[in-house]
Amino acid sequence: MIAFIVRRLFASIGVLIAVGLIAFVMFRYVGDPVNQMVGVETSTAERAELREQLGLNEPAIVQALRFLVHAARFDFGLSYQFKQPVSAMIGARLPATLELAAVASILSLLAGVPLGVYTALRRDSALAKLFQALSLVGISLPTFLTGILLIYLFSVTLGWLPSFGRGEVVPIGAWWTTGLLTVSGLKSLIMPAITLALFQMTLIMRLVRAEMLEVLRADYIRFARARGLSERAVHFRHALKNTLVPVITVVGLQLGSIVAFSIITETVFAWPGMGQLFLQSVQNVDIPIMAAYLLFIAFLFVIINLVVDLLYVAVDPRLRASVRGGPG
Amino acid sequence: MSPSTLEPAKAGSSSPRSFLARLWDSDLVASFFASKTTLVAGLVTLILVLAAVLAPLIAPTNPFNPATNFLIDSLTPPRFVAGGDPRFLLGTDDQGRDMASAILYGLRVSLMIGVLSVLLGGAIGITLGLIAGYAGGWLDAVIMRVADVQLTFPAILIALLLDGVAQALLKNSNREQTAFGVLVVAIGLSFWVQYARTVRGSTMVEKNRDYVQAARLIGLSPARILLRHILPNVMGPVLVIATINLAIAIITEATLSFLGVGLPPTQPSLGTLIRIGQNFLFSGEWWIVAFPSLTLAVLVLAVNLLGDWLRDALNPRLK
Repeated sequence: MIAFIVRRLFASIGVLIAVGLIAFVMFRYVGDPVNQMVGVETSTAERAELREQLGLNEPAIVQALRFLVHAARFDFGLSYQFKQPVSAMIGARLPATLELAAVASILSLLAGVPLGVYTALRRDSALAKLFQALSLVGISLPTFLTGILLIYLFSVTLGWLPSFGRGEVVPIGAWWTTGLLTVSGLKSLIMPAITLALFQMTLIMRLVRAEMLEVLRADYIRFARARGLSERAVHFRHALKNTLVPVITVVGLQLGSIVAFSIITETVFAWPGMGQLFLQSVQNVDIPIMAAYLLFIAFLFVIINLVVDLLYVAVDPRLRASVRGGPG
Repeated sequence: MSPSTLEPAKAGSSSPRSFLARLWDSDLVASFFASKTTLVAGLVTLILVLAAVLAPLIAPTNPFNPATNFLIDSLTPPRFVAGGDPRFLLGTDDQGRDMASAILYGLRVSLMIGVLSVLLGGAIGITLGLIAGYAGGWLDAVIMRVADVQLTFPAILIALLLDGVAQALLKNSNREQTAFGVLVVAIGLSFWVQYARTVRGSTMVEKNRDYVQAARLIGLSPARILLRHILPNVMGPVLVIATINLAIAIITEATLSFLGVGLPPTQPSLGTLIRIGQNFLFSGEWWIVAFPSLTLAVLVLAVNLLGDWLRDALNPRLK
């Protein structure tokens, strides 16, 4: 078990180093960092001095190593455009994105799993067919269209909800601001959270449904029925439990992509989060921010993957045996 | 649902009749006509593709020709609404461009980028998948490691990043000429992993089959074995992925254009039109955003339905 975790950890660190190197190549070779940092009137001598100061004349391998060491300490230098430390800029916007992503994830799970179970168990009922049809529409509707539709409905037509921003926020400690404690904050959160959750919800629902249908055909389900167990026990104790392994994988990966997809939602609703910052940095070729965001997402995915692997072992006894038995 | 259990639909019949005749009798075609939803989806897709291809011929005006756009016509509502002008079926935008024409041209751009990027991603993925599966060893390890790292990120993020980097490398001044190519490459490169993984899996199964051994015995080159013998037998799942990816590619392009890093307003795709139209949502000119959005949603839904049908039709376990 410990060997399994250690092996996984090493693989994760490998991924992070690979992404770090990509970020370094972006930083060093896409455009000239010195030209981005100074104004037009800077003399050649001053440029050369800055170049020396930044260590850009050293061998590439030394620069790459230094970049990785700095990255590990969350030091990504100054943003080209804003001349502020990148880590502080991302830190200031982190709470907005994480709150949005967390609420959207919970929403998509709370709605997606029951809907999936329902449409699998009552698969010929009219309601289940309606859900199934709606889920296909949900998958086909790009995130930004959902957002625009909601804005048109609830902001333009009905005037119930604000169409942009995060509302009033309250600081918690030195590092965190929350919009979950004020009325305007909660009202602002409703539409972005639904927009972000809808796509993931339909994915989860369709996956749970497909897995349930597969499992319900299995012999042990027939056997459980033959033993005279109640439908409830068969469906939830035997069937649902066995659909969990693939569901956990996909849901885990989806949680990661919720943070990435929030780029779109944040743009539609002018939500002051990291995604918006990243999009601005892409438009302005602000490489330090792009590199930092890239590494942050990689870090997030690596952690999620690790947790998913551990959850597998907790959920599936067969894996526990093979993990103990060595490579596999 | 392991991909190796999927077989190409036409493998069932081996009669010497023409390919078309065999296709007509196959389960694939039968299942297409058996479902009304699939039939409608196919029809809608066909109409949209035809409209896109024929756009220069059937569009009432050329939306990019400044000589035919008059500012005096700007922000005209659709024909069927009070205040509408019979010349403009779906109204006009702030430049006085006919929305119906703009949508036809936008559809053309969206579909072209979608198809080209699927072809590019498919070509890269299939090639690398065949090589990884057939060669094994370190080549396989390297390709699959790269795939793993890329799979760490959602495709849209990769496309966004590639797009940003490419635009930094190319000069901003000729963005209008490069935007189309950059988008195709960015979206294509962000989708190759799925093909590579699927094809690699099927190739590893196929390469131990007798027909491959036989081909090897008579001394055919690996390239010939891969392309002429293994490739046709691993195409079933690839077709399903390609169809579903076409829908995702169209969404990705629309999203990038909507975010303002895709196609510029001078050669708008559906996403660019929606981006422009969004600004008029609050002032009441709903038609500028509504019709491009509707077109995009219908297109993606139809392609997704076709993908669903193809997946079920090519999956022998569901029969």
